[in-house]
Amino acid sequence: MRKEWIARSVVLVLVAAAITVPVVAWQARSRGVVIHARMAETGGWTPESLTVEVGQPLRLRLTSDDVMHSFAIGQSDQPPVDVIPGEITEVTLTFDEPGKYTFYCTRWCSVNHWRMRGTIEVTGPETAPEVVEPPLYVTLGLDIDAEHHADVIPERKPSASLGAQLGADIPAEYQSREYYRSHSPANLWQALRSDPSLSGLSDQEVWDLVAFVWQSNTTPQDLTTGQQLYTTNCAACHGETGAGDGVFAGDLDQPKTGEHAEMQAGEMMTARPTDFTGAEHMLAASPAHLQGKVLRGGMGTGMPYWGPIFTEEQTWALIAYLYAFQFELEDGP
Amino acid sequence: MNKLQEIAWKEKFPQNAGEIEISARLELPRRIDLHQIPWIRPLLQSRWPQFLIRSLTLAGFIFTIFAGLFGSRVGSHNFAIIFVWIAWWTALKLAFIPLGGRSWCSVCPIPLPGEWLQQGGILEKSRRRFGLNLRWPKRLKGSWLQSGGFLLIGLFSAVTLTDARVTAWVLLGLFGLAIVLSMVFERRAFCSYICPIGGFTGVYAKIAPVEVCVIDTAICAAHSEKTCYQSCPWGLYPLALRDSAQCGLCMECLRSCPSDNIAVNLRPFGTDLAAERRGSRSFGRLDEAFLALVMLGSALAFAAVFTGPWGSLRLAAFAIGSPAWLLYGLGFLVLNLVILPGAFVTAVWAGRRWSGGKAQLRRAIADQSQALLPLGLFAWIAFTISFAFPKMNTVLSVISDPLGWGWNLLGTANSTWSPDVSAFNPGLKVALLLVGLFWSASVAQRLALTNTGRTLREILPVLAFCLAFSLAMLWLLVG
Repeated sequence: MRKEWIARSVVLVLVAAAITVPVVAWQARSRGVVIHARMAETGGWTPESLTVEVGQPLRLRLTSDDVMHSFAIGQSDQPPVDVIPGEITEVTLTFDEPGKYTFYCTRWCSVNHWRMRGTIEVTGPETAPEVVEPPLYVTLGLDIDAEHHADVIPERKPSASLGAQLGADIPAEYQSREYYRSHSPANLWQALRSDPSLSGLSDQEVWDLVAFVWQSNTTPQDLTTGQQLYTTNCAACHGETGAGDGVFAGDLDQPKTGEHAEMQAGEMMTARPTDFTGAEHMLAASPAHLQGKVLRGGMGTGMPYWGPIFTEEQTWALIAYLYAFQFELEDGP
Repeated sequence: MNKLQEIAWKEKFPQNAGEIEISARLELPRRIDLHQIPWIRPLLQSRWPQFLIRSLTLAGFIFTIFAGLFGSRVGSHNFAIIFVWIAWWTALKLAFIPLGGRSWCSVCPIPLPGEWLQQGGILEKSRRRFGLNLRWPKRLKGSWLQSGGFLLIGLFSAVTLTDARVTAWVLLGLFGLAIVLSMVFERRAFCSYICPIGGFTGVYAKIAPVEVCVIDTAICAAHSEKTCYQSCPWGLYPLALRDSAQCGLCMECLRSCPSDNIAVNLRPFGTDLAAERRGSRSFGRLDEAFLALVMLGSALAFAAVFTGPWGSLRLAAFAIGSPAWLLYGLGFLVLNLVILPGAFVTAVWAGRRWSGGKAQLRRAIADQSQALLPLGLFAWIAFTISFAFPKMNTVLSVISDPLGWGWNLLGTANSTWSPDVSAFNPGLKVALLLVGLFWSASVAQRLALTNTGRTLREILPVLAFCLAFSLAMLWLLVG
């Protein structure tokens, strides 16, 4: 009979364990998931991938193990929250659409700050895959890594308001959004310059017209959004003034001697951040080209990819703002 | 008259020299008695190894139900879906059945709680038993209900195989039914007559290279206590076992035999096929023939729904209750209840007419259905390889994250490894289907030779049936 009692105990213990594990886990889960934030060099987010179902609240308990970080979700309206060393910040997220969301740090915590990224996989009932249109730079087949230089550059910063005052009759085809997004300011300048009806204008006046067209393709609201995004996400490297002299610029500007073979494992190839005030290359870049750089990142330069973070509207707003370093725009900085 | 005398096998009890020929068959040199191998013997004699495996599978089973109920609703992230329909289902069809026959039944957790109540103990029976201990109704005997159960699975397969909640409820339902039935009926009524997996496993166990059988029938005949029958949870009498379809390999007979007269043999594959059933002159039973046909029909339907190119068929199978699903269900039932049985019966009838055979049609159908077994088993194996192998990475990932909550217990949650069978996958499937077809053909041939002793004409229509089935599977799986 002793054997029988041992056998019964074994069954009961195992069954109890089989029930306890999911039940305890379920309760622990309803208390929330603890996420530790560390600088990217020492591990970034832990855990860095989470899974949740559509419509199910995801309770996160955030804490930092080193410096002040901040937690934000890409492509969402969720306001960023600070993640403070030694404190727990609670956030409850609920996702309405299945997909892969990126969470990231918005505090400039280290030179690899942008690498503090993690993913939340939001799962839902299996649905037919959405048809996603490729971004414009892909549709246009742009080589965003190719060198680009404007042959002619303005003598002074072109002004949209001066362009408007000229009262010139700009052909409608050059004013469409499609034209704006797929052409660089230099392209438009060339096109307007060769237009016989505008032959009376000086080169600088044609540049003012270009600035006017660029301004008419954006709104003050876009410029404000773009500026906010730029200040939060880009200025650390590209600098507040767009001159490529942000606080991390020096760390990135490490000219490599020799070939790639000399690079140490784990070492990243970086380059000095682009100077948005440089007319020669900025005026030769179309919005679609910049879109490519922003979404994909700059290969081998240390430029992060922002595809999973910015919405499409945010990306276009940011790009509109980048041209404000070249043009005097009304309501621009 | 006691129960022992009433049961069916009693009528076939070997009493004359002609029937004692079975013992001669058992002495064939192509058998290895595992029970006589010194290091295996204690493993089979002791109840503990099997009991421990069963308690682990029971814990796993209950965990699966909880994971299904509370875990992620996304199939590929839920332990219940991946472990039941990818890992276990694959193991069952690729290992347990082809290598061990009903070996899964010997470690299956589903009957454990019911049996505990029914027998008053797990390892030792006691007098404090629960239950009515009724006899199973004679009309419901055989594998008809199991075939019906399998058809039900087929009707709802698309949802059962992908929705963790549904899987959990199905498992819970089977679990509850097994307990209730063991409270009402004697022994393993659920396993013997209801469990669809038992039917599936039993019918293909005839192919497997494992059997439990009596060594010397004379010893059994002289043994009046029949301790083996008394101890068999399935209510089987080893001497009356006609083939390996019924025996659940629980080894209780072996433990209770006072004369060490039970063998657990390794035997050549397919021994039971086209071999006269021990103690009987027929080869098969009508219910088993129907089950074998249902297995073929289900294999076709599963392959069409899960690996076929028709999105609309898949959607229809998913949309339970919708007009499209009703149409799918109707098609599925017509395939299984009308087309395949009709075609097979016609083939047998035509063969009989052509060869001038005089056997009863019923018996000819039952006999020749033996030829469908290798065909069906290999079709299922080929389907499993198509369906499950590409998803093997999910097995590793749900081990680390069984409830789909973003855990990573063993560091394998993001595993993307799965066996890359793409290179030889089509070739492998063709080869498996061919092995099934040729094996079936050889079984049919042996049947014909033993049966009529003169002509192969009898089997040609059945061979054509097998060929047509193989081509259909080939089209569905390889394209």
